[in-house]
Amino acid sequence: MKIEILLQHVINGLSLGLLYALIAVGYTMVYGILKLINFAHGEIFMMSTFFTFYAITLFGLPWWLGMLVGIAGAALLGMSVDQIAYKPLRAAPRISALITAIGVSMFLQSLAIVIFGGIPESFRTVFPDFFNKIYTIGGEVIVNRGREIVVNAIRIPSITIITFVVTLFTFFILWFILYRTKAGLAMRAVSMDTKAVALMGISVDQTIGLTFALGSALAAIGGILWVGKYPQVWPMIGFMPGLKAFVAAVIGGIGSVTGAIVGGILLGLIEILAVGLMPQMAGYRDAFAFILLILLLSFKPSGIMGKKELVKV
Amino acid sequence: MTIHDKKTLHVRTQILLTIGFIVGICILFYLAEENLNSYMIRIISLIGIFAIMAVSLTLINGVSGMLSLGHAGFIAIGAYVAALLTMSVQQKEASFILMGVAFPINTETLSNIPFFWATLAGGSVAALMAFVVGWPTMRLSGDYLAITSLGFAEIIRIFLLNWNRITNGSLGLKGIPSYTNIWWSWGWLLITLLVIGSFVKSSYGRALRAIRDDTIAAKAMGINVFKHQLTSFVLGGFFAGVSGSLYAHWLTSIDPKPTTLGIMLTFNILIMIVLGGLGSLSGAVIGAGLFAVLSEFLRFVESDMTFFGFTIAGISGMRMLVFSALFIIIMIFWQKGIMGRNELTWNGLYRVIGKLRKGENHGQ
Repeated sequence: MKIEILLQHVINGLSLGLLYALIAVGYTMVYGILKLINFAHGEIFMMSTFFTFYAITLFGLPWWLGMLVGIAGAALLGMSVDQIAYKPLRAAPRISALITAIGVSMFLQSLAIVIFGGIPESFRTVFPDFFNKIYTIGGEVIVNRGREIVVNAIRIPSITIITFVVTLFTFFILWFILYRTKAGLAMRAVSMDTKAVALMGISVDQTIGLTFALGSALAAIGGILWVGKYPQVWPMIGFMPGLKAFVAAVIGGIGSVTGAIVGGILLGLIEILAVGLMPQMAGYRDAFAFILLILLLSFKPSGIMGKKELVKV
Repeated sequence: MTIHDKKTLHVRTQILLTIGFIVGICILFYLAEENLNSYMIRIISLIGIFAIMAVSLTLINGVSGMLSLGHAGFIAIGAYVAALLTMSVQQKEASFILMGVAFPINTETLSNIPFFWATLAGGSVAALMAFVVGWPTMRLSGDYLAITSLGFAEIIRIFLLNWNRITNGSLGLKGIPSYTNIWWSWGWLLITLLVIGSFVKSSYGRALRAIRDDTIAAKAMGINVFKHQLTSFVLGGFFAGVSGSLYAHWLTSIDPKPTTLGIMLTFNILIMIVLGGLGSLSGAVIGAGLFAVLSEFLRFVESDMTFFGFTIAGISGMRMLVFSALFIIIMIFWQKGIMGRNELTWNGLYRVIGKLRKGENHGQ
């Protein structure tokens, strides 16, 4: 295999992996605090793309404002889901909250089908042109029927570059919030010991709400970059990325933010490289993540960065 | 508490009552087949199929306290295996227009197999898959099972979608003989209830409930958590496969869309068991019946509606929205569902009647 092709796969894998990482962080933060798999996270991702789409096309907002609407809408939606559906079940057995989370996910999905319709809408013309440019590195120029064609080059779509820049910047902000602000300190404290935190005079409910808002906003950023990459929006868009991002969070070690980022990037790389090296397996692409998950759970259940938890009686 | 309340029926009386009940239902079904239209009869057989799905999921989710979201995967396996066995060679060759049929399936030996044996085979393959998936995941806490089983169901769907020469890919199987009728579906439901019911009553069932209520205490009592949970997972998988076979021969055409044999189906079964009460077999049957009836009744919200001369076009997906809203409301406000963890028993009925009578006596 040529080094260019390998590099191309690595770049594609990294850009997909960063998107998984953005979604996975939301899962891992909620799990760290509530010990709940927020199945609705993928649907919040989906809703954010719809918010952006309609803010730009229907209300004629400029694209950057549309994106902000999408992010803010997702954050609000995440908080309301927690308030309405999860908060009444804090004291209930964990399985009840988990089942409710599936219900919320289905509810948001069918809500999207009812409101927005089940037919995919194209995102291609919604974002400005510089989202759809493709840059090439290296390669040879061949003249074919008077037109110049570049072959064997590494092709980098501008959305990939945007993804790298935006994601890294977002992760920096996330780090800043978690490790340099009081709210972040509260979040980290709640994930360690809820009762002790409440005794210290920190509002646990507010902190949980903030966690949901932050996680959902990250998912929304991921969603907007996702539709920049795959320009189509429809109600089922969040299902697969949501599931895979959870797998990424488990790979990295659930509860650890760094782990989620590492797991996401790893999953994206593995997925793209596996399909790139074995093109005949392309149809099974979505299965890789879960096979990986089952293998990982058999050998190292705590993930890469996770700590092994001891259950005290 | 008076002596009257504690009174229980003799075991022989209970068995006689049960047999009488079954005979009564058989007579009812016979009358139904003679008098009702084919639509109603199809709905009655669908209730039986849904009930098998719900009871098998209750064994895993309710009695054993594991959250499995892969039920549709096992149902899909059962459906495809059984359908491929009962279809005729000509039918297979006519519908596999993409790439033709692969070797072992296109032979006479593996076609036109009697429905009962095909269903049994579907259940067995599903049970085998349950064992393969359960082995690595049962060692972990419940959350991981939820996500692995969900992923597993998705893997099954992806394989069904891509295995063109065996499953006919995205086109699915068409022209499956419509064998499923009231007798097959409710007959299998009876078998399901007998097997799972006695399993739940046995020492295995007691151990499973102990694990559900307090895993660590159960471990301390020397219960092998892994073995018990895996057994119940495999048994649930078997009956899911059986219900899949019945479902395939009820639908007569199956495909790997998420709405047919995918996550939507799992979610529908979850609604049934949550409605009926997590952990109750009779509740699961009641939930399945209610779901099927409600689902037919709610068709009107998806059809065109006329208000004062204005016609509002029907919105597809409305039914799912109503069901998921109902689901969340039940989970928040009415977690016990209809039956909670109780079962419908003759003794229970006897006690209720006794109380009612006493109430009447007091009234006089």
